[in-house]
Amino acid sequence: MEVLPLKPFEEMTPADYAHIGLKCGLEVHQQLLTRSKLFCRCPAGHYSSSYDAEVLRHMRPTLSEMGEYDGTALMEKKTRKNITYRLHHATVCTYEFDDTPPFFIDDQAIDIALELALLLRLNLVNELHIARKQYLDGSIPTGFQRTTILGVDGWLPFKDRTIRVRQLGLEEDSCREVSDHGHERTYLTDRLGMPLIEVVTEPEMFTPQETAEVCNLIRKVCRSTQKVRRGYGATRQDVNVSVQGGTRVEIKGVPQIWRIPRLIYNEASRQVALLGIMKELNRRNVTPDTITTASKDVTELLMKASYAPVRSAIDRKLKVRCVKLCGFAGLLNTPTQEHTIFAKEFSDRVRVIACLSELPNIVHSDSASESLWPQDWQKLRKRMQAHEDDALILVWGDDRDVQTACEEIVIRATEAASGVPSDTRQPLKDGTNGFERVLPGAERMYPDTDLPPIEIPAERINKARAVMPEFVWETEATFRQGAMVEDDIQRLCISPRVPLIQRAMNELGLSGKLLGVLLAQRMRALARAERRPERFSDEALFVILRAHSQERLAKEGIAWLMELILVQSTKDEITDADVDAVFDELDIQRLTDQELQCKVACAIEAVDPTQFPTVTKLRRFLMGELMKDLIGRVDGRRMLDCLTKTMRTDEPNLAEQRTGT
Amino acid sequence: MNEQAATKTTDGYRGPGLAVLQRHGVGVWSDVEVQTTGGRFRGIILPRSETADDKHIVLKLSSGYNIGVAAETVKSMTEHGRRAANYKIPEQEFPIDAGKPNIVLFGTGGTIASRLDYRSGAVIPAFSPGELYGSVPELADVCNLRTEKLFGVFSENMGPEQYIALANRIGQAIEEGVDGIVIGHGTDTMHHTAAVLTFMVQDPPIPIVMVGSQRSSDRPSSDAALNLICAVKTAAESDIAEVVVCMFGPTSDEYCLIHRGTRVRKMHSSYRSTFRTIGDIPLAMIDPQTITLFRDDYKRRRRDRNVHINPAYCDEVTMLYYYPGMKPDVMEAMIEKGYRGIVIAGTGLGHVNKLTYRALRLAQEKGVHVYMTVQTLWGFAGMYVYETGREMMALGVVPLANMLPEVAFVKLSWVLGQSDDRDEVKRMMLTSIGDEITEREPYNGYLIYQGAVPEVQEFLKKIKR
Ligand SMILES: [Zn+2]
Repeated sequence: MEVLPLKPFEEMTPADYAHIGLKCGLEVHQQLLTRSKLFCRCPAGHYSSSYDAEVLRHMRPTLSEMGEYDGTALMEKKTRKNITYRLHHATVCTYEFDDTPPFFIDDQAIDIALELALLLRLNLVNELHIARKQYLDGSIPTGFQRTTILGVDGWLPFKDRTIRVRQLGLEEDSCREVSDHGHERTYLTDRLGMPLIEVVTEPEMFTPQETAEVCNLIRKVCRSTQKVRRGYGATRQDVNVSVQGGTRVEIKGVPQIWRIPRLIYNEASRQVALLGIMKELNRRNVTPDTITTASKDVTELLMKASYAPVRSAIDRKLKVRCVKLCGFAGLLNTPTQEHTIFAKEFSDRVRVIACLSELPNIVHSDSASESLWPQDWQKLRKRMQAHEDDALILVWGDDRDVQTACEEIVIRATEAASGVPSDTRQPLKDGTNGFERVLPGAERMYPDTDLPPIEIPAERINKARAVMPEFVWETEATFRQGAMVEDDIQRLCISPRVPLIQRAMNELGLSGKLLGVLLAQRMRALARAERRPERFSDEALFVILRAHSQERLAKEGIAWLMELILVQSTKDEITDADVDAVFDELDIQRLTDQELQCKVACAIEAVDPTQFPTVTKLRRFLMGELMKDLIGRVDGRRMLDCLTKTMRTDEPNLAEQRTGT
Repeated sequence: MNEQAATKTTDGYRGPGLAVLQRHGVGVWSDVEVQTTGGRFRGIILPRSETADDKHIVLKLSSGYNIGVAAETVKSMTEHGRRAANYKIPEQEFPIDAGKPNIVLFGTGGTIASRLDYRSGAVIPAFSPGELYGSVPELADVCNLRTEKLFGVFSENMGPEQYIALANRIGQAIEEGVDGIVIGHGTDTMHHTAAVLTFMVQDPPIPIVMVGSQRSSDRPSSDAALNLICAVKTAAESDIAEVVVCMFGPTSDEYCLIHRGTRVRKMHSSYRSTFRTIGDIPLAMIDPQTITLFRDDYKRRRRDRNVHINPAYCDEVTMLYYYPGMKPDVMEAMIEKGYRGIVIAGTGLGHVNKLTYRALRLAQEKGVHVYMTVQTLWGFAGMYVYETGREMMALGVVPLANMLPEVAFVKLSWVLGQSDDRDEVKRMMLTSIGDEITEREPYNGYLIYQGAVPEVQEFLKKIKR
């Protein structure tokens, strides 16, 4: 059979991805830095894993506005989950668990989202309509997420092309899952209701690497506003992946960008494999219309089976059923992702939809030797009237769940005959993915009747435009021109100091390189030393930088002075006036050549040269002493020149004598 | 394409919005590409809510989101076809099983099952047995269901006319031989209707169960399904032949409580567990599997078809919620306007200030019936305790024990519909028909626990309430 697996991840080239027709899109979720949650007045950004009370809910599918049921909704209905929400007094009110209608949408969140919509050059909507996006997995107690679109059809520059942005939405965050076993699922509600934006790109990235880069770019745009949250979970992305002939599959909630490439690779590999399996099935005359399956209760038959999971199921009075998939023999072990085989597609569905979450939850005839005795498989084949080219899958558990499981196995097998089903898939730590749910469609949208539309007048947009930062790629270009090193550029282009750096470059003529060292590296060092350098206002730092540009303050003196001020000041904000005062107090002035020479001569006189084994050591000592005394007023190079020259003229003999020994 | 395509509807659009649609020859359900001064948008034009402004056009994008585009920014609109929404709950024939009880569901306009009304932006009920079966198939496990829409009013618009029609229709349905009656009702005034039906429909042989939902059934976590399943089960299987309310017990999706119609009250504006029995314990709790009775003193289901329907009502009754500093002219105005009965919700044990005595004297002179209930909701009116109370009774005010203010209001309306004789009215008011006055208040009839108290927190942590 002709399933051609992809090359190993590390060996894949853009041409290889082009060959399989890889297309990726992104949905980047970013929490906003607001005081309150989006639809209630609970504090934003307070998390707590402890809880005071619990509430139980069930979800039922409802019709969309256009009169259709959503596939995902119907799937979740089958799972019959008891959903428990944990409530903490400090983080949630009655809104979050849907016992109070929404309050007006948070204004701060709208303003931040507008700023981002402008940065992504979207066509802005004039009136926001709150929609309900159904989520029947229980991740939101209402069963839907309140969400709204602020703009559509924007774009981002990427390398030599543009990536189109389909839309920017503003929505409430969902719960954090605590556990999911069998029919019981538990959520923490603290994160629920946090404002976040969703940026959706068109599927215009063609390699895994490129997708990660675009994701990073979107994240930088968000951070450049200084009005988004950071930290684990504050940014999450869904990655949409398809290959030629495949289907859009969504990998949901990838927490870190570096995970994206391998996840995409594995999904591409999975789709290629599933297409291969489809071709082979079709070749064997198995199509969605002709597929033949059967399922039977085989508990009695396996009463004496030795295979531990089946054994224990029978001991616990559970049921065992067998599904026959005609024409599937030999396919279930086909690799789909790295160290993952086709059979996992069935196991995943059984786990998620039939809630048989104890693994292994299936065994199949393609790996017969690892499970039941051969004579048991023989008996099963006979009972199921299975031919050689039929595959058998065994599943065990509660009667009703096992029936659901068998139905799901048949559904998944039928999908296999037509290629790649459209799933939402869960990213796994090893870079592979697993089934999470059926991919929802536009049918899950419903207008929210609890809130009226919100007009966004032109003045409000203008206000957002007035405060929005420069485009991050333009900032990067300016910094690069100023010879800033790339690491510092990446750190500083999204920092709140961008306007300061621009001003220092333009007005003071300082190099990007120096500013990078000071504002990225030195500031980080100061922060690590717990000096809280963020207390400096831009104006304060500007005064220091200006002193340097006017040669009042030597290069070495900048960091020294910054630290000195931070150590001395207990204020939460250090202003330009504070810095001026320090300049006055320390009388920091550039040393004239004469003064310098005088200082150097005095220093040389004060030491006993015989205490030093070499001239180099003597010079290093003198240098240290002088810099300690004169730091800020003279830069190192000038000092060294002067010292070397003076030592040479004043003490030629000593110098020679010492070098000689 | 359908017949609608010929005429371009413009539902809800007015003023500048309507003008733009007409100028570009498009209408509601047109799939349009809109060029505006703020860029390009593509979507289906949706009807506009009548309460929204007239300056925006609503588009449904292909992603399913709706957006509003300002009419004044529109440069052009090009139609690419039409796609009308076809909102319909999948209607499936409700299965008939001769072995199951026959239940009739009367609709009054609440949102048991519902769909969206674009014009008002609100939800409107979906109601046929087929629709209900399509969304709550569990109902067929319990009964054969027939539905009948009596009115289409929101709960707050229920009034005497509807009470009387409902009582009469219940009488007929009992005669027709149904095994139980369920009444879908908006929750806001459900307890008023439950009380009035207790008085108007006396000694029914079957359960009469009122039900509603605090979250409309267009929401996945709606309480409607469980409420409806439990209400129908109560009507079909329980032997409680009284007017009761069946609604969520805790806010958790676990079970419902069956409350006596005269002792139940909506106690929270939005919680699912809003209905509570006040000053007593409920009749039973119920989940889709079991009915657990809490008491034995209820009227039992009978095989006969006898019922006493007494749909009397006088709409010249009013209520007065006393507040400190109240001046007598408020009540005097009521009396002068011709009101025949006044129910006062007094402070504490049932008090009003001395200023009000002037009005009470006027009431006495004019033969207006004045009754006293308590704002505290829990507890009895105790007008013998303080001098104020005794003075007021001397002025003709009759304390109504532990009758809830709203119940007192509908009962006085019902009684004055039958008699204006002071003693007869008083006799009827004080004769309990359905526990609107009880002899004793059990120790667990008053439970309002306070959060943060350690033992309450411990309870909350353990119990999904
Ligand atoms: Zn809240």
